[in-house]
Amino acid sequence: MSPWAGRTMPGCFSMTRRFGRWLVGLPPTLFLLLFFVAPSLIMIVASFRLAGEYGGLAPLVEHGRWQLTLETYRFFFSDFIYVEIFIRSFSVALATTLICVLLAYPLAWLIARSPKKHQDLMVLLAVLPFASNFLIRVYAWMIILGPQAAVARALNSLLAMFGFEPVTLLFSPFAVLVGMVYVHLPFMILPLYTNLARHDPALLDAAQDLGANAWQRFWEVTWPLSLPGIYAGSVLVFIPVLGMFAIPDILGGTGDILIGNVIKEQFLGTRDWPFGATLSLMLTLAVLACAGLAAWLARRGVGRHA
Amino acid sequence: MALLELRKLTRRFGDFSAVDNVSLSIESGEFVTLLGPSGCGKTTILRMIAGFDLPDVGQILLDGSNIADIPPEKRPLHTVFQSYALFPHMTVADNVAFPLRMAHFDKAAIAAKVHEALESVYLSDRARAYPHELSGGRKQRVALARSLVNRPRLLLLDEPLAALDAKLREEMQHELIDLQREIGITFIFVTHAQDEALALSHRVAVMNRGRIEQYDEPSKIYGFPRNRFVADFIGNTNLLEVAVTEATPTHLRLAAAGLGDIVSPPREGTRAGQKGWFSVRPEQVRIGGHLDGELENHYSGKVRSFIYVGDVTTYTVELADGTAIEALLSNSAPGRARFFEVGDDVAVGWPHDAGVFLHD
Repeated sequence: MSPWAGRTMPGCFSMTRRFGRWLVGLPPTLFLLLFFVAPSLIMIVASFRLAGEYGGLAPLVEHGRWQLTLETYRFFFSDFIYVEIFIRSFSVALATTLICVLLAYPLAWLIARSPKKHQDLMVLLAVLPFASNFLIRVYAWMIILGPQAAVARALNSLLAMFGFEPVTLLFSPFAVLVGMVYVHLPFMILPLYTNLARHDPALLDAAQDLGANAWQRFWEVTWPLSLPGIYAGSVLVFIPVLGMFAIPDILGGTGDILIGNVIKEQFLGTRDWPFGATLSLMLTLAVLACAGLAAWLARRGVGRHA
Repeated sequence: MALLELRKLTRRFGDFSAVDNVSLSIESGEFVTLLGPSGCGKTTILRMIAGFDLPDVGQILLDGSNIADIPPEKRPLHTVFQSYALFPHMTVADNVAFPLRMAHFDKAAIAAKVHEALESVYLSDRARAYPHELSGGRKQRVALARSLVNRPRLLLLDEPLAALDAKLREEMQHELIDLQREIGITFIFVTHAQDEALALSHRVAVMNRGRIEQYDEPSKIYGFPRNRFVADFIGNTNLLEVAVTEATPTHLRLAAAGLGDIVSPPREGTRAGQKGWFSVRPEQVRIGGHLDGELENHYSGKVRSFIYVGDVTTYTVELADGTAIEALLSNSAPGRARFFEVGDDVAVGWPHDAGVFLHD
């Protein structure tokens, strides 16, 4: 029974309780209003404004006239390049998420199946990379994937043996994907581990007892019960990857820019704030759509697994 | 040939023998209970029969053939787990269909069998519910239906009623008895509750420290316990330390310290001079203001305390030497909650054919 089970109680007790709930809800509401809703509104308005001569925004009202335009949106849809970058960003985010699921699942499963006393240490090791700076970790990949590094040389001598041309690992979509997966993997491991550790081992015994072989026990019991963990991890990986600009900047080639790079460029390079705002807004809408889809999928799962 | 036979089964965990040289044979259609305190090895035996654990020594024979090499999923038997272990992401119907799907039955056959199984546990109307929407008793019934739907040779039940409240537990006991009789599948039931064991089973194996102390019908277990552990574990009893002074084919004469002579039924293999225990059940002990001379064994004392539980009252009578004897009195006389008060002078006694002498 939830602690709010008494919410239908009549009289002044329910009044105090309602006031208490309101009080508790106030700080996060204020936080969201101040740091999410307000900036979003500013962005929405900015996307309809004109760019300033030297960057920034032109005044909203000039000579007694509103300076608003749909120009940025027309521009966004007029040039297929932006839609293409959007599609590429979504593909990279999707690929990163899928690879993270494939890599994190066995690892999380292994941690969850380990003796209780080792689990905390293993989780700590999984998130240990966070202890060092993000940029340093990404730069480290520049060295690892660089043309003089052992990885590239070994791979290229292997390719040469079979008569293939040598390849460059760094500054390629491959390097971007490696960086994305590397940085975001812990965000997939943690929710998956939390989910898998909660599974009742008696369910697997029961499945086996009722005639399920190892594969069937996984596919019929473990996998469906772990879906909420996969949804949670996917949200935590997919959304940050969509907006990521540092990794393509460092590890990617010129053709590997993602929507995050374009937005950054609008604000810091081209200084076209209205168009930057438009791109950001499109990205936010797309992310919200994805999050909504994930939440819907997860709720469908949770309703059954409660 | 017995359906299931355990031959000299031993299972050690480190230095500790969870199961110690256990042999047991179970006939087809029987309802057998493994009864014992927690840690006595009953669950370990169940897990070895199911295949989740392997014996260090000994054999498990099903229909006369050793099943040691058969993995759990291939054994023609199912377990009802204490926690029910229903799949939370499947409906009641899908849970029950699970073993049939694993056995690759076709869809129509599965639907028919699931329907029939749910009908037999009165849950046809809850087929589409999820386990978390069901009460404990209903979850239990789903677990039963799921385990019985593909007609295993043997059903293992691991304390399945432990999580239910008293009233529901009694209801489920009746349902289990009826179900087992109807379908005729052999049940092996594990419990630490002696009333459950006596109520449900054709035969009970009383276990202690990895060994079977006695394997018999409930009435034999209760009426003729083989040793002190069984007498003490099953029901309430008065245990007196005694020495045998006379052993004849018709009776035994026992000397109890401070109490004097006790005449008890004969027991094979008993010789004068042996030491042991005398057990007499509270309901065999009569209590009265004064008892007439018909009872061979009678003693006087004072009521020390009593426990009134509705249908009966149990009096604890302290004899002159300090020995406490429990006597049970039925409250069937209308309007009479109890007959004696604390401190009343009373006599207790039992006939020569009551009670049993125990060697150890």
